[in-house]
Amino acid sequence: MADFLLEIGLDEIPARMIAGAEAELGRRVNELLTRERLLGSGAKVTTYSTPRRLAVVAEGVAARQADTEEQLTGPSWKVAFKDGAPTPAAEAFAKKAGVAVAALEKVTNAKGEYVGVTVKRPGRAAAELLAAELPKEVLALYWAKNMYWRAGKPERFVRPVRWVVALLDAAVVPVEIAGIAAGNASRGHRILHGQAPVVLESPKGYVEALRKAFVVVDVAQRRELIRNALDKATRTVAGARWREDEPLIETVVHLTEWPTVVLGDFEAEYLALPEEVLVTVMRDHQKYFAVEGADGRLAAHFLAVLNTQVDAAGEEIIRHGNGRVLRARFKDARFFWDFDQKTPLAARVESLKSVTFQKELGSYHWKTEANLAVARALAAKVKAGGVSLDEAALVKAVELAKTDLTTELVKEFTELQGIIGGLYARAQGLGDAVGDAIYAQYTPASTEDAIPKTVEGQLLGLADRIQTITAMFGIGAAPTGSKDPFALRRAANAIVKILAESGLGLALGDVLEASGAEAANKEQVAAFLRERLHFYLKDVRGFAYDVVSAVLAAGADDVRDAIARAGALTEARESADFAAISAAFKRIKNILRQAEEKGFALGSAKDVKLSAEAQQLKDAAAALAPVVAKLRQERAYGEALARIATLRPTVDAFFDKVMVLDPDEKVRGAHLGLIDEVLRGFSGIAEFSEIVTG
Amino acid sequence: MKPTPLTFQELLFRLQAFWAERGCVLQQPFDSEVGAGTMAPETFLRVLGPKPYKVGYAQPSRRPADGRYGENPNRLFRHTQFQLILKPPPENVQELYLQSLEAIGIDLSQHDLKFEEDNWEGPTVGAWGVGWQVMMDGMEITQFTYFQQCGGLDLDPICAELTYGLERLCAFMQDVDSVYDVVWARDPDTGAVVTYGDVRHTEELQYSVYNFEDADVERLWAHFNSYEAEAQGLLAKANALMADEKATAAEKLRFPLMSTYELALKCSNLFNLLDARGAISVTERVGMIGRIRTLAVGVAKVYVAQQGS
Repeated sequence: MADFLLEIGLDEIPARMIAGAEAELGRRVNELLTRERLLGSGAKVTTYSTPRRLAVVAEGVAARQADTEEQLTGPSWKVAFKDGAPTPAAEAFAKKAGVAVAALEKVTNAKGEYVGVTVKRPGRAAAELLAAELPKEVLALYWAKNMYWRAGKPERFVRPVRWVVALLDAAVVPVEIAGIAAGNASRGHRILHGQAPVVLESPKGYVEALRKAFVVVDVAQRRELIRNALDKATRTVAGARWREDEPLIETVVHLTEWPTVVLGDFEAEYLALPEEVLVTVMRDHQKYFAVEGADGRLAAHFLAVLNTQVDAAGEEIIRHGNGRVLRARFKDARFFWDFDQKTPLAARVESLKSVTFQKELGSYHWKTEANLAVARALAAKVKAGGVSLDEAALVKAVELAKTDLTTELVKEFTELQGIIGGLYARAQGLGDAVGDAIYAQYTPASTEDAIPKTVEGQLLGLADRIQTITAMFGIGAAPTGSKDPFALRRAANAIVKILAESGLGLALGDVLEASGAEAANKEQVAAFLRERLHFYLKDVRGFAYDVVSAVLAAGADDVRDAIARAGALTEARESADFAAISAAFKRIKNILRQAEEKGFALGSAKDVKLSAEAQQLKDAAAALAPVVAKLRQERAYGEALARIATLRPTVDAFFDKVMVLDPDEKVRGAHLGLIDEVLRGFSGIAEFSEIVTG
Repeated sequence: MKPTPLTFQELLFRLQAFWAERGCVLQQPFDSEVGAGTMAPETFLRVLGPKPYKVGYAQPSRRPADGRYGENPNRLFRHTQFQLILKPPPENVQELYLQSLEAIGIDLSQHDLKFEEDNWEGPTVGAWGVGWQVMMDGMEITQFTYFQQCGGLDLDPICAELTYGLERLCAFMQDVDSVYDVVWARDPDTGAVVTYGDVRHTEELQYSVYNFEDADVERLWAHFNSYEAEAQGLLAKANALMADEKATAAEKLRFPLMSTYELALKCSNLFNLLDARGAISVTERVGMIGRIRTLAVGVAKVYVAQQGS
């Protein structure tokens, strides 16, 4: 068994693309080796990457495929040999199999006697196979953005390929990728190692050889080095901690080959700026980690992850350089903050007329007016339901929600929309209710994000989003299967999440009604919202798909109610009684459908003598229905479902003994009417026929 | 002892010398208004077509919206780029770039260097590429781009564009907080310095006043429309000439493409001026960029036709 190494060296790959490509390369090589029967049992495939390279090491690779044997069967013996002599048929078969006629054997099987031969196929050398197959696999890697660089554009890849290493044990595999012939020389850290090639003697020595050249090829190892270095650097400041930021860790992991950390500082006066602004500058623009004191508040320090190691003098230079840049950005941010405050949010409303929301719909001024109407309608509903809210604050928040789009700070840091508005509102004395609502207007930003904490914030979020959705649908800009450029799905998901997790007592229908959408539009939007509720219940809450279908079939308007029903149904379905009831309801539904197709009418049991079992079902259902209805009203779904399950013996007996489609038209009608009543009487919580039973 | 960092003009000398020594043609800055070195004909036109080319030049780049009346230490109406085009890009282009940094006195062993994804695009000239912003100790010092398209045309061969931000680099190396404090030149006898502010502060102030206050919006529109119409007329003439089977190569080459392109560049600068005056709405913006792009793409096609097959 041999070891195999493939390393593709390139110009720096965008950090965001590396992890996916590394994994895909590993998969492709693994599949290739498996497909070609080159991976022994207990073989191991490991992937590595740095910004300048993707690599795979496969241990336990066969140097050659095992020889195989193939049984070939030809014409029947009678046709192949006449009087012991081979016929042209035999000769043709022998030729096709690549053997001499003398090698042909008699093969006897169920159909008779045939000519056959066992052909030995020698296994191909791994090196030969790899050389033939690898270029295709590598060039098929998915990249979000490709480029071409060679004359005539023979291939596209993420960046120009600069070197290739392909070793099978100590031997170079003669593969060529993008015009670069494989060798055994890799490259080390540009600065710390320099230009001298890093000659590799074997795949096993890869990690260590690169480490000596100041390249850590193992991503997990780099991640740990960075975390440890962040810890160590922060310890020099008493009581301080660095602020966890997993996405930033991933980014810097993929920006470095030899990571170290330097702790810098900035003037404490900048801490007067809101944390949101400081952290956005540090994280998004500079890729620094923020440092906080024991009290959890930002400290006047930053941590920069470097792609090099330097002595104390170098560290001072780098710390100083980074500090300069950060100071300049903070100065700008402070300038914008001060400059923006000269024009309070209230004085910016008019200027929203020149900020386009959507070219066919209008400006953000138009949107604000539209949002106000929706917010007022929602407020009325919420108040009617007994929820207390500060309506004046809500109106003010909606009026001013978009004004921060005209500020210099938001123009500079667009990701801080809403947040800056909220901060300015508070700073300008508009109060917490207004400030908090504006601040939280774009949350939840995802299904994992929290909803706004205040009623005013929740209503602003609902109004803004439903207005956008209905307006966009109105101009024919509804999302399609593949395109959703205005993020309407995300907006609708947020609406569902807010209704699910707040105490507003609003249903999807309420929100849609408040939007003032026209009738034609309403249907489409309602279907869209229902689909998002389905998504929420299944993909976010994790209910089984059949539970979701069953629950939504009985009602898809009240989100919290749907969740409660789904929860009760999930528990109830575990019982055998319940599974039986579900099966029975499915049966009822099928019979009713068949009856409808055949034109059988539903009748009543009045003038008919029902059999004992039918009568029992009728009585039991009649007795149970009001009980279940009351429990449903009380939202005691678990109890209601348990009661419905008690129908089981009666329903089973009914189907055992009763011929539903009785030849007598009146009896048949009475039976159909009965089961229809049973179905409808107990489908208020969920449509049990949707439940999949084993 | 640490060597004295280069003055602004020494920095430019050294960069030019480095690339001249590696076979680049040194050109003068383009003498009409451009927003970036990329828009000068030495880049925009030379990257088109199959002919290899290596050129470097300083390029004062005008961005009216970035003017700050000489009050902001980092932002300028007109900054100076050092623009380099290597067509086709040599295999060791990244290493050459790093050597150029060493040549201007940056000891790479004492700094943190990263290549961070940044894909440049210039919609007004129908150009885009793939590449990086080169970060030195947290500051962007160079835009490094492998062009893929220019003037709406696919490039083959591609080129590497290196655009150094000279004020930034110099302020970084001289360790001053304001660009105006950068030492532009030092008298070899007396040691007296002339700063960036001495040379440029007043014009930054005056340009900002014009760009934000005094520029007459109606006249700017009139100029834009006038230049655009003239360029369109010339392009129509060019297209007819290039399509004429009887026209010789020399006749085609005689067509004043350079002047046509300059008219398009005037339009681009006027767009920037109108923008700085706040005269272009968000919806109008897209349309205007399209108009300029149409001219640029038209010029690119004529250029390729002039170069012949």
